[in-house]
Amino acid sequence: MSDTAAAVALQELALRKLTRRWILLILGVTLVGIFIFSLLWGRYPGLGFISWQRVNQDELAKLLIFNVRLPRLITALLLGAVLSAGGIVFQMLFGNPLVEPGFLGVSQGAAFGAALCIVFLGGSAVLLQGSAAVFALAGLALSYLLARRIRYGGWVLRLVLSGIAVSALFSAGLGILKYLADPLRQLPEITFWLLGGLSSITWKKLLAILPAVISGLVFLYLFRWRLNILALSDEAAFSMGAAPKRDRLLLLTAAVLPTAAVISVAGMVGWVGLIIPHIARRLFGSDTHLTLPAAMLLGGIFTILCDDLSRSLLAGEIPLGILTSLLGSTIFIVLMISRGTKVHR
Amino acid sequence: MTPSLLTFQEVRFGYNRTEAPVFDGLDLSLKEGRITAILGPNGAGKTTLLYLVLGWLKPWAGKICLLDIPIENYSRRALGQHISLIPQSEHTPFEYTVLEYVLLGRAPYLPPLGAPSQDDEKIAYEALVKMGIGDLYDHSILTLSGGERQMVLAARALAQEPKLLLLDEPTSHLDLSNKVRLVHILRKLKNSGTTILMSTHEPELALALSDDTILMEKGRVLTSGRTAEMVTEENLSKIYHIPVKTVFADGKKFIAWM
Repeated sequence: MSDTAAAVALQELALRKLTRRWILLILGVTLVGIFIFSLLWGRYPGLGFISWQRVNQDELAKLLIFNVRLPRLITALLLGAVLSAGGIVFQMLFGNPLVEPGFLGVSQGAAFGAALCIVFLGGSAVLLQGSAAVFALAGLALSYLLARRIRYGGWVLRLVLSGIAVSALFSAGLGILKYLADPLRQLPEITFWLLGGLSSITWKKLLAILPAVISGLVFLYLFRWRLNILALSDEAAFSMGAAPKRDRLLLLTAAVLPTAAVISVAGMVGWVGLIIPHIARRLFGSDTHLTLPAAMLLGGIFTILCDDLSRSLLAGEIPLGILTSLLGSTIFIVLMISRGTKVHR
Repeated sequence: MTPSLLTFQEVRFGYNRTEAPVFDGLDLSLKEGRITAILGPNGAGKTTLLYLVLGWLKPWAGKICLLDIPIENYSRRALGQHISLIPQSEHTPFEYTVLEYVLLGRAPYLPPLGAPSQDDEKIAYEALVKMGIGDLYDHSILTLSGGERQMVLAARALAQEPKLLLLDEPTSHLDLSNKVRLVHILRKLKNSGTTILMSTHEPELALALSDDTILMEKGRVLTSGRTAEMVTEENLSKIYHIPVKTVFADGKKFIAWM
């Protein structure tokens, strides 16, 4: 009796899993389609597509596609994937669906690091990336250490408090740097960096962040099921044969390093890490086994589309960070008040 | 006669080195295939003792051995295959289905980068059936009642197929019928060879279920032995600091405290 019930239940699950894998595949195909579409779409010479014929004849079009749009699109894809995967990792590790990879001083740390580099060290791609990454990690470490020393509140509240404090410290530091910066050369660079955008991406910049990004993404992808365990309390995770402290640190590093890397070239691109994990969980459930890759794909699609808008909506570029925030927060509001949302405490 | 599954030798442990230790030279031994209750009032150190067994807390001095091998010599994975824990309560903000949640218990059997297979799903489902909540397998854990959630945690620990099952105040969220169900399930588990160690502040539970009882008070093990000899008027009055009487009805011992 219960044997048949079990068989039916397991079969149903197998079927659902298969359906979800198909949806994942469709997402993958959609991503490839949007990627190719975006490669040809833009404002050259007028708003519209570049035909293959033109690519073959027009040297400038060829250059545009392969040396400007291709690295830019790849960066947009990676940016979305990293922020979304990082969002899931942060949300799982902190047991809180409202944190994102920029949380805990990471974003403000990176911004401070980038500005510091622009003002004092020149601002070559490698230095900027290094400086942003170092300060992103420093922001994380400071928040973490501070949270351990706060003497009241639960763990999550302490993390939120220390994240706010550390972010405020770095943004004060950023204010000082802006004040010190040369208003003609350095200040615009800082400002543009803070608005986020991919207009200055070159193959060189992309290649500089590629090792950190790819290794981070691959690590997170491989670890995707184990991530579930780390959302549990330390004791529970430990009882299931995990080494929660070590594993959390590993995953946090694997999420923050690529995040710092993409922020360092793209600047502050907000809301992706919050909204995409949310959508991925809606579609695929909470089990990170499928939700994490789904978030990577969805993040890639979302960021590429936002970047398409940013470079084609107006004759001049709209900074990407503005668009992701605008669209992300709008989607967030719609999701929050839509009827499908179940309310939990 | 039966071999010891777990032994404590001269275990010293405290949370803070500047204060007196919680346990000072604790000796214990758990027999294989028996149910042992750690009985004592709140704050007696019952959960601390469970966490020492789990390996989560490490003793300052002394030895804790599982099957005569010190537990620190086990890999994390191997220990996870031997010992599982049913925590008192657990909170997650994420909408897992019951089966997904129980599948987490298969973690110590999977390779480091693996995910559960269909066989694991079968084991997890069977664990749910054992706990009498097979029909809940596809519900969201956020919609369950406290009692159902406790049963899910138990199923997850069973999916771990442990030799030694630890329970931290297993009845704290259960109503009467669920309590009785748990007692039956634990007896059945014991008969299939699982050793059980549970903490409880309810002497009734110890009487109903456990073969042996460890009486604790303020981080001290007062005495330990067969439950019938441990759960007495004298001992209970001593650890709870109120007069407790035992009465006999239907040939069974009951606790009266009012």
